Amino acid sequence: MLPLILENLCFSAGEREIIRSISCEITAGTRTIILGPNGAGKSVLMRLCHGLLTPTSGRVTWQEADAARRARAQAMVFQRPIVLRRSVLANVLYALKLAGVAAGERRPRAENVLDAVGMSALADRPARVLSGGEQQRLALARAWALRPEVLFLDEPTANLDPAATRNIEAIIGAIHDSGAKIMMTTHSLGQARRLGDEILFLNAGRLVEQASVDEFFRQPRTPEAAAFLHGELP
Amino acid sequence: MNDISQALSAAAQLIVSADTTLVSIIALSIKVSLVAVLIAAAIGLPAGALLAIARFPGRQALVAVLNALMGLPPVVVGLLIYLLLSRAGPLGEFGLLFTPAAMVVAQAVLVTPIVAALTRQVIEDAWFEYEEQLRSLGAGTMDAALTLLWDTRFALVTVLLAGFGRAAAEVGAVMIVGGNIDGVTRVMTTAIALETSKGDLPLALGLGVVLLGIVIGLNLLAHWVKLGAQRYHG
Ligand SMILES: Nc1ncnc2c1ncn2[C@@H]1O[C@H](COP(=O)(O)OP(=O)(O)OP(=O)(O)O)[C@@H](O)[C@H]1O
Ligand SMILES: [Mg+2]
Repeated sequence: MLPLILENLCFSAGEREIIRSISCEITAGTRTIILGPNGAGKSVLMRLCHGLLTPTSGRVTWQEADAARRARAQAMVFQRPIVLRRSVLANVLYALKLAGVAAGERRPRAENVLDAVGMSALADRPARVLSGGEQQRLALARAWALRPEVLFLDEPTANLDPAATRNIEAIIGAIHDSGAKIMMTTHSLGQARRLGDEILFLNAGRLVEQASVDEFFRQPRTPEAAAFLHGELP
Repeated sequence: MNDISQALSAAAQLIVSADTTLVSIIALSIKVSLVAVLIAAAIGLPAGALLAIARFPGRQALVAVLNALMGLPPVVVGLLIYLLLSRAGPLGEFGLLFTPAAMVVAQAVLVTPIVAALTRQVIEDAWFEYEEQLRSLGAGTMDAALTLLWDTRFALVTVLLAGFGRAAAEVGAVMIVGGNIDGVTRVMTTAIALETSKGDLPLALGLGVVLLGIVIGLNLLAHWVKLGAQRYHG
């Protein structure tokens, strides 16, 4: 699947240019964190990479020619998670069924991931009445159960309390250790430091900086990134 | 005033004593409308869901036509089906005219567009919310249609009951294709029309009360089922 190569990637909605000519290479093994102010285009960039949006121009290239296999190798946890009107367990089983996992293997796998995100006790509860944070954890469990090679996480801890955040960060670490590529956005600089290997810094639809976490936080190369780190970017 | 109260008490008498004519008319009405709604559901639910999700040229035009078909004038539908089923008509050999089957056909023709159009609306609203998540999980058009039919099941119960109400309350089409034959094709609405014109107000009123009761009762029931289910499932 990897590296993922973006070439002059552009996306506009009507007159508005949302992603402006982004080119970069995203390699295997690293945890890539996309940083940037609200509206910078982080979520749209992830959707373009995941194939949910079609670029206006430019290219997204994975090292996998077969479209079905390419799709199956990825999973995404959305900024606003959508869960189905059925039980928590059934939500995970549903995803596994769509992914073509053998019937006998689905239940153990689903129970495993729910256990790992601390939701075993909620397995039979209807998912739509869970709290926002619980739904987010369910969405992560559902994506994790698919054992993707590439996992997109759009602010996966935005609605979580500190304990759940630590739990989810540990899980993201475990998913990374299992060999999956992590691509995520966050507004927590502390989290970016803790979890990230590499930073993509976006502002107003442009890729302003691509750097290792160390470099980026020690010595940002651009004034925009420096201003962002000091909380000064509008 | 006196006439009315006399007729009302006579009607109450008929209902309380479960008058055999009254009961058989009610039973036939319910049977015919129930079968018609089942047919309408079998066609309208999947058709509405696919129309909401699939993207193809001419889709908007089809939606407009479907919405227009909701307002089909029953007498015209009755007339067309009469022509189809009459002895000289293309389907005359089956001898369906003036049988309950003909009435089922007429009601199904009237109700199917209603079920399909309302289903399309419900599913399209849900699709707007679920689309990216389902596509990310690898759901094709068929998977998505089935998933959304199940996820909107409480709203769709209301759709089917609206269809049943329309079928049971309809008089023009069943009068023409059924013929209002005593003991064979006489249903509540045609009986009410006939008895009123003959001046037998007690039977007409009794049937009217039952018809009102069925339609209102079913809708109340649907309302409570939906409310309870939504409170539980979100
Ligand atoms: N489908 C769309 N149509 C039109 N505009 C869109 C669409 N999707 C996103 N946008 C716009 O594109 C810009 C970038 O959106 P995006 O969701 O990627 O921001 P973001 O960086 O994820 O912000 P946040 O940190 O608030 O999540 C926003 O101004 C948004 O209004
Ligand atoms: Mg976003």
